Amino acid sequence: MTKRLLLPYGLVGPGLLAALALVALPLLLTLSLSFLPFTYADGIGDGFTMANYVEIATDGYYQEIFLRTFLLALIVTGVSILIGAPEAYILARLSPFMRAIAFVVVLGPLLISVVVRTLGWTILLGNEGVINRVLLSIGLISEPIRLMYTFTGMAIALVHVLVPFVVLAVWTSLQKLDPATEQAAESLGAGPLTTLTRIVLPQVLPGVLSGGLIVFALASSAFATPAIIGGRRLKVVSTTIYDEFLNYLNWPLGAALALVLLVIVLVISVGVSRFVERRYKQAFQ
Amino acid sequence: MAFLKLESLRKAYGEFVAVKECSLSIGEGEFVCLLGPSGCGKTTTLQMIAGFVEPTEGRIILNGADITRLGPSKRGLGIVFQSYALFPHMTVAANVAFGLEMRAIAKRERRERVAHMLDLVRLDGFADRYPRQLSGGQRQRVALARALVIEPSVLLLDEPMGALDALLREEMQIELRALQKRLGITTIMVTHDQVEAMSLADRVVLLNNGSVEQVAEPFAMYEHPSGRFASTFLGKSNVLAGDVSGASVLVGDQELPADLAGMSGAVDYIIRPEKITFAAAGGLVRGQVTARVFLGDRWLYQLDTPVGPMQVIDTNVGLPKAVEGDAVGLVWAAENARVVARGAAS
Ligand SMILES: Nc1ncnc2c1ncn2[C@@H]1O[C@H](COP(=O)(O)OP(=O)(O)O)[C@@H](O)[C@H]1O
Ligand SMILES: [Mg+2]
Repeated sequence: MTKRLLLPYGLVGPGLLAALALVALPLLLTLSLSFLPFTYADGIGDGFTMANYVEIATDGYYQEIFLRTFLLALIVTGVSILIGAPEAYILARLSPFMRAIAFVVVLGPLLISVVVRTLGWTILLGNEGVINRVLLSIGLISEPIRLMYTFTGMAIALVHVLVPFVVLAVWTSLQKLDPATEQAAESLGAGPLTTLTRIVLPQVLPGVLSGGLIVFALASSAFATPAIIGGRRLKVVSTTIYDEFLNYLNWPLGAALALVLLVIVLVISVGVSRFVERRYKQAFQ
Repeated sequence: MAFLKLESLRKAYGEFVAVKECSLSIGEGEFVCLLGPSGCGKTTTLQMIAGFVEPTEGRIILNGADITRLGPSKRGLGIVFQSYALFPHMTVAANVAFGLEMRAIAKRERRERVAHMLDLVRLDGFADRYPRQLSGGQRQRVALARALVIEPSVLLLDEPMGALDALLREEMQIELRALQKRLGITTIMVTHDQVEAMSLADRVVLLNNGSVEQVAEPFAMYEHPSGRFASTFLGKSNVLAGDVSGASVLVGDQELPADLAGMSGAVDYIIRPEKITFAAAGGLVRGQVTARVFLGDRWLYQLDTPVGPMQVIDTNVGLPKAVEGDAVGLVWAAENARVVARGAAS
């Protein structure tokens, strides 16, 4: 009997230990680091200070970076949902053979190393890049549009890699949808648009929400894409943390930035999901 | 005049023909059952009427108008799906109101008609529940209410009892039949359950392999099956292969009596097990009881006879009439035997 009772703990144990060692411990260390004082003359000192948090809260420089990061994450999330949800819906309607091909295409971005993929985008987005050359040669524009080192460029590259998460999440929801409910709506006189908005969308809302939350979390903490395409001029929180740690050696400030980012993402994610789940309660049962 | 007419409907998926040829005239207020084994094309036929499957050939005429190419949302038919297909994110009332909303009916009237319809299917008091909070039978009644509230010209049901247990099924059958009679709505129901078809329908359309095998009222179809398939799919039958010889049918070297009405050549001799009685001596054929099954209200006997294995059903009125191993004679009236040309209708 006792053996039976211990078994679940024995099974969970290793995973729990790994989680503690690899997630909880570093987080705790980061937390304690963020309260240490720092001067450029003496480096990291001893004691306890809120100075790092005060600096983040009051310095307009950091506020701008946080604002940019979350604006970027918000736009990327919105666009990813707008592209990904219909994409999943179309995928679900393809023949099995075409669907298999389409899936490889959709998941493609996830299979390529982030650095390679992002460098690929620099080739496309540059002033002398493929996109500008094509637009110039067909006469759609008279001078190159700046895409590299711009907000738009970052958003495009992030949407590209994050859309698959929405597709997968919505696809999972669509699997659970009884196609006869669409036929039922149609037989009751609903047109295709009404059926989509009143019948299909509410039923796949959980998928849209979870896909959106994943994209939001990944977009707000993305590093490689903003680092390469945004560069030094358009810093986001994660590239700022990198700079604090490695260029200015101001570890306490970097740690504080990381924690603030973590908390904001957490609060927004939980808040949004609570709100949507409550507002559209029936879709989640 | 026919209210709904199917003219040589055919549906092919590439090489595969799901429905070969289906012609049917249905009168207003009639209750018709499409009956047949799984995969015979019942759902495909119903979906063509509903407009979800486009016929390869043929026409559908509803109340004099050709609706063959009309979209499902424009046909104004009421459909009850096998899975019920209730909208899980809407209340019972919202589910039922959906069709009225699509018809832009004012809120007030909508509410009245929904309430009236829920009353009719005995679901008043469930208006604010969600489908997942209902039992199988209640869900089915919501599906029925949702289909009926738009006052459809025809009600289509695809195996509506499939998901219900036996007891509830019987109850719902009685309820459905009563509701249909009361509203006088033309109804087409798909089922693979012969008992259900016989007990509900005014007329049964028997399908086999994508073709109409026989169309008849239940009693007529049971008493005068068109052939081997109809006689064995609807109830049990002893089907003996024989040849017409003079005024009787020769099966093996046994002469069996029949009303031949000028038939000749190879025939199927069909006799229902419940039309056969035992005779201690003599009989049309003699056989030995090999097995005996008690079914409560009746006994089912399995016999070995010179014309092959046969089944006899005897009403339970006390003691069984024979036991395993008994040699018995079998008798039946010539008018109860049905003789059809072999392979006439498969
Ligand atoms: N979309 C389709 N593509 C190919 N074959 C189909 C399709 N729909 C149905 N069929 C085939 O048509 C036949 C009849 O199907 P159906 O009408 O659903 O039979 P049932 O009488 O059981 O309702 C089946 O053999 C089925 O496999
Ligand atoms: Mg079917």
